[in-house]
Amino acid sequence: MSRLWVAAGCVLCWSATSWAGERWSGTVDPARAAALERLVLQDCGSCHGMTLKGGLGPDIRAATLKGSSPKAIKEIILDGVPGTPMPPWRSLLSEGDAEWIAHYLLQEGGR
Amino acid sequence: MRVLLKALLVLSMALIAASATGVLRASQLALRGTGDLGIVIERATGSLLIVDTTGRKTLSRVEGLGDLSHASAVFSRDERYAFVFGRDGGLTKVDLLTGTIAGRVVQAGNSIGGAISDDGTLVAVSNYEPGGVRVFDAATLALVADIPAAWPGGLSKTIGLVDAPGRRFVFTLWDAGETWIADFSNGAAPCIITKLEGIGANPYDALITADGRYYVAGLYGEDGLSLVDLWDDPVKPRRILDNYGRGEAKLPVYKMPHLEGWALAGDRFVLPAVGRHEVLFVDARSFAEVARTSVHGQPVFAVARPDGRHVWVNFAHPRNDTIQVIDSRSAEVVKEWRPGPAVLHMEFTARGHEVWVSVRDANAVQVYDARTFEKKAEIAATSPSGIFFTSRAHRTGL
Repeated sequence: MSRLWVAAGCVLCWSATSWAGERWSGTVDPARAAALERLVLQDCGSCHGMTLKGGLGPDIRAATLKGSSPKAIKEIILDGVPGTPMPPWRSLLSEGDAEWIAHYLLQEGGR
Repeated sequence: MRVLLKALLVLSMALIAASATGVLRASQLALRGTGDLGIVIERATGSLLIVDTTGRKTLSRVEGLGDLSHASAVFSRDERYAFVFGRDGGLTKVDLLTGTIAGRVVQAGNSIGGAISDDGTLVAVSNYEPGGVRVFDAATLALVADIPAAWPGGLSKTIGLVDAPGRRFVFTLWDAGETWIADFSNGAAPCIITKLEGIGANPYDALITADGRYYVAGLYGEDGLSLVDLWDDPVKPRRILDNYGRGEAKLPVYKMPHLEGWALAGDRFVLPAVGRHEVLFVDARSFAEVARTSVHGQPVFAVARPDGRHVWVNFAHPRNDTIQVIDSRSAEVVKEWRPGPAVLHMEFTARGHEVWVSVRDANAVQVYDARTFEKKAEIAATSPSGIFFTSRAHRTGL
């Protein structure tokens, strides 16, 4: 039941970073979440910087992404950005993985 | 009394001077050379290890270097100091003998490596933000020259910064597709800048050959590379390996390859192809492709053992747990194994008897015999990435 409320809270205020400070965990289990966090910092970090403030790729810290929808970010992760070096990650990440990363970036990326 | 005061004054001044320069500390250490030392970047913790390649051990850890993701380093001519280029614009001068930071400036917002001039007096840093190159006095880290990479689109991110003979630096503009040569042979300012336009779309990295003659930039936006013969007068870029993919669909590129380790293997150069599970062999005279080898994944580094007989290759995520060794004569893979998760970098000792391999997600650096492939040692390190040995001090472009 409480999980349902958390999910509902997510939908209602995904962009509000202040809600209870609890990590969004809707689509992956904790072990996968840890692996994805590592992927974001280490591998996405090779272009976006380990603090996500940008490198060859743009700044993707939460403050910069503010106002973007998790869905749009998820699609960029899965399909890449044609004409730029941002590759499609669809063959390596599931929809749920990408959704988790999108929320992760919006909530804590680069803190 | 006056004499005593004077003596005290002199003594205290000497003490201040001594402690400020680290002489006191150094004098407490046993005498040693630095020719067999090196550093291992610990990318996640802003620290580095000072390592001894003879003892295959860590001497000390230096902390407080900022964001070291994608960090690299060059060395002073006396091989005592490492200049470490951080991602966050930090340029840190590390004293390998005392294990301390001898100087540090945060010179930009976002950086991607650097170079030291052939005479050892100038250190240049390649910046993404603000786009351009800044040049510093190697002794004091004082700013000597600021070179904004201006083009019609604003300031371009710069990549592929190398030293060239004659107190020159060469670098390339990612956004603008231009290669610039900054000549400091007549003093610091103003340096003379030669701009080569239209080298190709999105050059992602570059190298200079060990003789300082050829500058080669890899292109992300096109199949092919740009070659500049620095012996030409006037210099002009030309295209090599044009359309090496011949219109085949590229794979997604999860990590840009590096060209820095691109070295001569016999009479051929070996380089990682972009977006392909291939390394390319290029004739060192004609720059025509002479062979290609299918490999385990998308290559990141293809580094020749110093004698050129073998080329060691590591790979991009998600196939980055493997090393393959290619025989440069036959272009065949002769050895393959899995050192562990996330093999990021390989560094040979100066004459190539051993190679150090960083295995990031195993928190380890592994040391191999470069001929038998026997593992000789394993050294603990936190998320190790780049490994740099002092012997680079005396090699152009490293």
